[in-house]
Parts: sequence; C-alpha cells; structure tokens
Amino acid sequence: MKNLKHRTPWILVALLTLWVVASLRPPSNESGYDIAEFGRLPVLLNGRVKPLDTVARNSLLIMQGRQGVYLTEVKWYERLLGKRPEKLKPIEWLLTVLFQPEEADQLRTFRVEHPDIQGILGGESQGLVYYSFNQLTNHLPEISSQAEQIRENKPEAQTRTSRETDLLHLFDSIILYHRLKNTVKPEGTTDFAAELASYESIIGPGLAALHLSESGEEHNAEDLQRMAAFFQRYSVLEGAAYPLIVPPLDPAHAREDWKNIGTSLKESLRNGELHPAVRHYAAMATAYAGDKPPDFNRALTQYRDWLDEQEFFAEIKKGQDEFSYNLLAPFYRGMVIYIGALLLGCAFWLNWSGWLRRSGLALLILGFVIHSIGLIFRMVLEGRPPVTNLYSSAVFVGWGIVLLGILLEALHKGGIGIVTAGIGGFVTLIVAHHLSLSGDTMEMLQAVLDTNIWLATHVVIITIGYASMFLAGLLAIIYILRGVLTRSLVPETAKALAKMVYGVICFATLFSFVGTILGGIWADQSWGRFWGWDPKENGALLIVIWCALILHARWGGLIRDRGLMVLAIFGNIVTAWSWFGTNMLGVGLHSYGFMNKAFVWLMIFNVSQLLIMGLGLLPKHLWLSFRQHSPEHTPGSGGGVQPSPQEG
Amino acid sequence: MITKIANFFTSLKLTVACLSLAMVLVFVGTLAQVKLGLWVAQEEYFQSLFGYWSPGDTGLRIPGFPGGYLLGGILLINLIAAHCKRFELSRKKIGIFLVHAGLILLLLGQFFTELFTVESTLTLATGETRNYSEATRATELALIDKSDPQTDKVYSIPDSRLRNETLIRDDSLPFQVQVKNYWPNADLAREPLQASLPPQATEGFGRNLHVVPLPKVSSMDERNLPSALVEIFGPDGSLGTWLVTTLSTQTQSFTHDGKTYALALRFKRYYTPYSFTLIECRHDLYTGTSKPKNFSSLVRIRSPETGEDREVKIWMNHPLRYAGLTYYQYQMGQGGPDGIAPHTVLQVVRNPSWLAPYIACTIVGLGLLVQFLMHFVNFTSRRRHGSRPSGRTGDKRKRQMAGRQDSRSPAPVAEPLTTLAKSVPTARRSA
Repeated sequence: MKNLKHRTPWILVALLTLWVVASLRPPSNESGYDIAEFGRLPVLLNGRVKPLDTVARNSLLIMQGRQGVYLTEVKWYERLLGKRPEKLKPIEWLLTVLFQPEEADQLRTFRVEHPDIQGILGGESQGLVYYSFNQLTNHLPEISSQAEQIRENKPEAQTRTSRETDLLHLFDSIILYHRLKNTVKPEGTTDFAAELASYESIIGPGLAALHLSESGEEHNAEDLQRMAAFFQRYSVLEGAAYPLIVPPLDPAHAREDWKNIGTSLKESLRNGELHPAVRHYAAMATAYAGDKPPDFNRALTQYRDWLDEQEFFAEIKKGQDEFSYNLLAPFYRGMVIYIGALLLGCAFWLNWSGWLRRSGLALLILGFVIHSIGLIFRMVLEGRPPVTNLYSSAVFVGWGIVLLGILLEALHKGGIGIVTAGIGGFVTLIVAHHLSLSGDTMEMLQAVLDTNIWLATHVVIITIGYASMFLAGLLAIIYILRGVLTRSLVPETAKALAKMVYGVICFATLFSFVGTILGGIWADQSWGRFWGWDPKENGALLIVIWCALILHARWGGLIRDRGLMVLAIFGNIVTAWSWFGTNMLGVGLHSYGFMNKAFVWLMIFNVSQLLIMGLGLLPKHLWLSFRQHSPEHTPGSGGGVQPSPQEG
Repeated sequence: MITKIANFFTSLKLTVACLSLAMVLVFVGTLAQVKLGLWVAQEEYFQSLFGYWSPGDTGLRIPGFPGGYLLGGILLINLIAAHCKRFELSRKKIGIFLVHAGLILLLLGQFFTELFTVESTLTLATGETRNYSEATRATELALIDKSDPQTDKVYSIPDSRLRNETLIRDDSLPFQVQVKNYWPNADLAREPLQASLPPQATEGFGRNLHVVPLPKVSSMDERNLPSALVEIFGPDGSLGTWLVTTLSTQTQSFTHDGKTYALALRFKRYYTPYSFTLIECRHDLYTGTSKPKNFSSLVRIRSPETGEDREVKIWMNHPLRYAGLTYYQYQMGQGGPDGIAPHTVLQVVRNPSWLAPYIACTIVGLGLLVQFLMHFVNFTSRRRHGSRPSGRTGDKRKRQMAGRQDSRSPAPVAEPLTTLAKSVPTARRSA
C-alpha cells in the first residue's frame, strides 16, 4: 500500500501523458474518406494561411461555442455513467457543409441562448438550445429584418441588450454558414465536375460570340447567353465564398494572392482554362456527392501532389503543423490536468499525507509542460512572441501563475503553490476558452502592433506583471479563507504566506513598472508620445501605483500581514480592470476588443473579491485560526493541526 | 514647527495618502474620457492642480479633488525630502535609492515634456513639397508680405490673442488688427441657416458667407475649425473687414503702399530650413480582409543648408529622427475619384526631454532588479541554512523596531525588504 502511494505520482503522470500523446493520432473516418489529409489542406482566411481543420473549428466555435457537432445529446448525469454522445469531428462536419450542404442543414449547429429568441424559433428544438439550419429556414426573414433594425438603431455594440446581441450573433452565424456552403461549389450542385466541364467548353465559343457581338457582327446568341449565365452564377459565388481556397498560380511573385473559387472561375474567362486547384476541388465535390471515397481520396492526393509541384512547401507545412496543434489541444488538456492538481492539493490540506502533495505537484508540472508546449507551438505557428491578443494574454497569464506557483511550492512545501497554481491555471484557461469564441485566435496584427521587438518585451513583461498580481491575490485569498474559516492557518503557514505575498508583490512591482515604461517607450517610438493617458496605459499605471502603495504602507508600518492580504486581493480588482475593464470603455488606441458578456463576469469577480476582503477585515478574534493561538505567534503552537507535510 | 513640517513632508503616510489619491484620480480620469474625450479629460484631471466641479449651469468652478500636477508635485517633494533626510550610502539601500532617483527623473522628465513638447502634423499629397508642419489645434492669423519674389515675410498672431476679440497693436506689425469676432468652431454657409449670422465682411470671399457658430468638440477624431472677423487698419484708417477661416485654404490678399499682403487664419505653422517631398505612400491590407498590414511613406528630404538630398522611408514603428524633430507615420488618405491625390499625414514632435524616460526606466529597472535579487538571495540562502537558529536576530530587530515606535519617532521606515525578511522568525520544517 505504501509502495503504491509512493508510485502514485508516476502512475498519474504516465497515464495522463499517454492521454495527451494519444490525442495526436489522426482521426479516421469509417466511410473511408481521408479526412485527416483533407483537414490539412491549406487555405487563406483572415489574411493568413491555415488548414481547413482550423476553418472548421473556428466556424463551429463562433456558431455554437464548441467544436464537436453532436448527433445525439446526452444528459450530464448520463455522461457520468460513461455514456458518450455520438458526434461529428469538426472536419467531418466541414466536409458535409462544403460538399453535401443539404445534409449539413439537418445538423444542429446554431446555438441560441436567449429565451425570447428561442420563443420566436418555436418549440421544434425539443428543449435544446441548438438548432439546425432547417429549423431556422422558416424564420430567416424575421431574423434578418430584426438584425437589420438593430444594426441601424444601435450601431454601437455597448448599447445593445443581451437579446439583441444574441440575435445578431445568430444572424451572423447564419451568414457564415451560408458562405461556408458556397465555398467550393454553388449550393445545390450535385456534379460540380460536370458543370465545370460544360463551362470550360463554352468559354471559347462564348468569347468568340462576345467579340462578334461587340463589333456588331452576326454571332451565336445561345453561346453568349450560356456563358453569361455561368458568369452571373460565379459572380454570386464570388460574393458568397468564404475561405480563399485557390492558391496563386505564380507563388514566386504573389505568394499571398489567394482567390476564392468564384473569382478564380471568373478569371478563367480570360485564358479559357480552369485553375488546377478548382478542378481538383470539383473532382472531390463530385466524388463526395456520389459517395465514392476512393475517387475522393484520389482527387485529394492529386491536389496535394500539385501543391508539392508548385512548391507550396511552407503552406503545406503550416497546414500539417496547425492540424497537429488542433488535435493536441494543449490548453484544453492542460486545463484538465490543472483541475487534477488542484483537487490533489486540496485533498492534501485535508489529511496532510505527503503522497497527495507529491502527486499534485507532479500533475502541476505535467500540466505546465503541456501548457508550455502549447505556447511554444503557437509561437512557432505564428512566428510571433507569446502574447499577441487578449486570448493569448490569458493563456500567458495562466502560464506565469503556474510557473511562479511551482517555484513557491519548491520553496515552501505546504501545498500552497499547488492550489494557487491549479486555480490560476484552470481559471485563466477557461477565460482564454471564452475569448476564443470570437473566432481565429491567431489573427493577423494591425499595422501598429506588427513589431516583434515590442510584443516580446513590453507585452510579455506587462503580462507577467498581471500574472504575479493575480498570484499575490490568490495567495492572499488562501490566507484569509484558511484563517477565517478553518483552523489550519498556523503561525508558520501565516508567516510563510505573508512572505510569499510580499515577495510576489515586489516581483509584480518590478515587472509592472518596467512593462509600463516599455509601453511608454513603444508609444514614443510609434506615435511620438511617451505617455498619452490612454485607458490601457492608465490601467497599467494603476497597477504600478497600487504595488507602490502596498509596499510603502507595509514599510511605514501602516499595515501588517492581514492588511497586506486585503490590499493584495484588491490588487486582483485593479489588475482585472487594467486587463479587461479598460477594453470595455471603447475609447483610446488600445480598445481592440469590446466584450459585452465579459462585463457581467468582471463585476461578479469584483464583488467576490470585495466579499473576501470584507472577510479579511473581520476582527482577529473571529478568525478561527487565530482564536486558538496565542497572539505572540510562537512557532510550534499549532495545536493538533499538522501544518507540515509528512515526507515519504 | 520646522521639524513638524519636515516630518510631514518626509513621512511615508504622506506617500501612501498621495498614492491612494492618485489611484482615484487615474481611475476617475480614465472614466471621464468616455464622456469628455481624451484631450479635455487629460487637461482637467491630469494636467491641472485641482479637479473642478461645476454644479449645474451656475458657471462656478469649485476646486475639489487634487489634480495630477498637485499630486505629482507633492509626491516629488515627498520623495526628494525623504531622500535628503534619510540618505545614507549603504549597499543595502542602493536599490531603493536607484528606484527613487529614477522616479524623480521620470516625473521631472514628464513635467518638462508637458511644458516643452510641440506636436504638429505634416500632410503631404503625392508629389507635394512642404517646408513646414501644422499644429493640430493651435491656429494663427498670418499676414504675409509677398513683395519680395524670393521669400515671403510672415507676421503671425497666435489664437490666444485673437480669442480676446480686441485691437492688436504691435510695433513689429505693419498694421493694426481689430478682431471683431472669434468663433472657436464654426461652419460657413452661402444661405442663411438657423442660428447663422449674416455676412459682415466688406472684402474677400466672406462678403456673402453666413457664419454658423458651433459648440467646441473634444473627442479624438474631431477637430475644431475656428473662424474670425478681422478689420485691418493702416496708418490712414481702415482697409476693410475680412472673414478669415480655417475652413478654406484659399488666401485673401490686399494691396497697400504698393505691397501685396496675403491674409489667412490657418493652423499654426512651424517652418523648417529643409523640405519634404512625398514620393509614394502605401497602405497595404491583409489579403481578403480590411485589416491594415502596413502604412508607409517614401519621402525625399532636401536641405539647402546642408546640401542634403536623400530619400527616406517612414513607416509604422519606424519614425525618422531628423534635426531635433521626430517624424512618425500617423495617418493615410487614399486618392479619391474627384482628383484627390493619395496623401500621408506624418506626426511631427519636438520633445527636448524625450530621452528622460529612457534613462529613468533604466535606472528604476536596475534599482528594482538589485533590490529584488538581494531579497531573493537573502530568502534562499536563509532557507538553505534553515537549520541555523536565527530567531534571536529577528527578536532583536523586533525589539528595536518597537523601541523606535515607542519613542514617538516618525513611522519606522526603510531597510524595507531586508528588515522585513529578517524580522520573521525562520520557519523550521519538521523532519
């Protein structure tokens, strides 16, 4: 038994590592389509090359806030009993949308949250908040007229109610879905390859007729009319198609000159030839519609070979790498492992057996390794420093908290580092997940942000400052909760926590200050103003002032340990304001992401912090931990509680 | 008495009080930007001694909350005073000393920046050459003596003097100028409109124009466009009344004593002994999006003084520093169908103290690093020697600190990191 406990950390790490590695196995499809290879195909969207798999995942995140498409819904308690819902992988769903839209129309992929909108859509949804396109078709005129009204009456997102925001979201999701359906072929075509063959055959005669008609000579009106009909059809397609799937024919000169299928088909009128990529996609479309997996796979391989011949090596590699990154889902897996670490840390506090602590620490380190792999993977894919937008800042703040937490745990072996890092890592990754719902998390950067030097210095340093502020706040929360509500805050632990909070705040001061000043220098470099009192700058300044205030109050003897804790928790509010609150004002040069729903969460967070601060201000005799000990804080007066880990 | 004052200005309590007020000020000043816009909020909250409160329409301005200058000033005095009082050269304090020295430099540097920085913009259409930049907000009434075919002689009256709507007499001016009306923001109309004023000019293009006074604007993307009605007096009496306006770039001219003068109200110009010509401006977007990828301007600098003639590219995050001025890529306008050429707007900044924050940042960063490392080394080394009984030193320190408090000396200060670390009895791990 003792032996088993001794080995638990290793067993846990081995099992979870296996789970992570197994995720990299490419998905297979029972019907024989090579979905993995299809998912790796590079396309250009939002200004960057990405695999179709990413297009599928991001579209689903926008439309329904999750990546899998559920064919059956399973209640949460059924899940606990091991029942798994049947679901489509994102790329399987995209394959259906692109090549057999009428089937995709039956899949429930639109999430509607607001009850009023569910009311409009009627009771067909069987109590679910997910709707299929077919369930929405009857309501499209209503949805679109309401959306138009809202856009006209309330152009500013801040002023919209949650019903209006939700309705616009539904409307935008429908548009997105419509565009996806028209990405490879016009919706409703069954044999696209045959259609293109007849288009190709009419180009020559059609153009000849056009030239004759222009010079007023006799011409074949039928040829001209047929060509014009195609032209019109593809013009519509050009307006609807979403990702740019046709790579440039002259990659050496215009590498980024990708086109959507409609544009490419229209351009074929010029030289009478179809783009090879268009042919291959059409062959795939026809094969899929005819349910012929071997034909589909052959067309796919031919297209891949063509990309190789044209030396699109960088794009192919990007597609492959990002596909693997998507499978790995490092931040999701990291989050799950952090929960495990957190639970073990809490369990350790209940019975103080060393194996729990060691297991928790082992999981924390494993989670951190996977988190780091994810960060580095992202950096390589983007060719950028770790933080480029709000999403990646959340990921990085979590990373920083966990790193510092592990260091603290190494210095003071009381499980405090494990619990704080577990909470910090888990919560920030949840926040990151919600930030990712707005679409591509590796979006291209605005011109002014396009500088790796400043992103690597100012942004990274200030984000570490955020991380350390939150860590100090978390430690303080543990101090207060354990002190007021339990008897476990013995003098040793209390002193250790006070030292940690103090040290972490010093660290935060260093990073926040240097980060803020570097931001000023960047501003001086890019628009000639060191300090402009912009909300985001002011937010960073608030953190610096707050740190200075805490330190000076401590040095001046104005506060002691408990005061330090209460102020450190307020630091959470200051940091959250600087990180998210300033973006919600909608003014200044930094307002790059307004988040309506996030505001509610920010307020909930602030109130919770204030409550804990209130708890911390309770007189000492109401603290369970202090009631028991003499006020002199003599070491070793811990009574019956065992504060230190039992090693072994 | 003097000790009391000295104690007040050197106390850490004052520091903490000022920092608390600064928290409130920065927060409220940020929120105010939503309503007032960045410029006005900045002036009212940060570049002021007091935040004023104006109840209703009474027009009263009651000083309430301390403004940025006041708090910054007190903190600066507090900082300097505390250092004068407690300065001692010791290894332990070097970090703290560096941090505060850097902060003093930073605060002073920012103060001088606010005082001496001159910001202007240089707008250039493709192919255009200019040897001046224009202020974004300050205007001037320019009287230009065009009699010399080589160079113009420009007399400039700043808007601070125009605003008073008085007679402007100056020995250096060839004329006297009576400012009859000055509108900080106005529109002009050919037909009378609601709230418009009838034409009053006797000369120039303003004879048929109605002035529509507008309220002043404050948001970052709007601009006030002033107009004024001025009467020019020569030695022999009035030469006429002109409507001058920043709404038009058209100059109006008159002849007096055989000399031709041009007259214009325009954004204040800063002339340079060299000129810029815009060769090309580029505004690239990411493929398939409307997201800007890059703005860049290729300009040619020609300086007759130094004989310089070269091309230079200015783009985002890559400003040009030239002759004490810095040129930044600011805005970009694409050509229009009505013959408007593509143009670029460069931000031009003269800031003699631009280096201060760079030096200050280095000093403070260094100080924090030293202090942090000392604390860290101390912390880890004590952990390593954790078995050594060190409680006694801690107790001694504690007693010393308590003693200080008892003798009613000012609050126990300084040696912050090390003192605190030592006053904590080392926690011993149970085996």
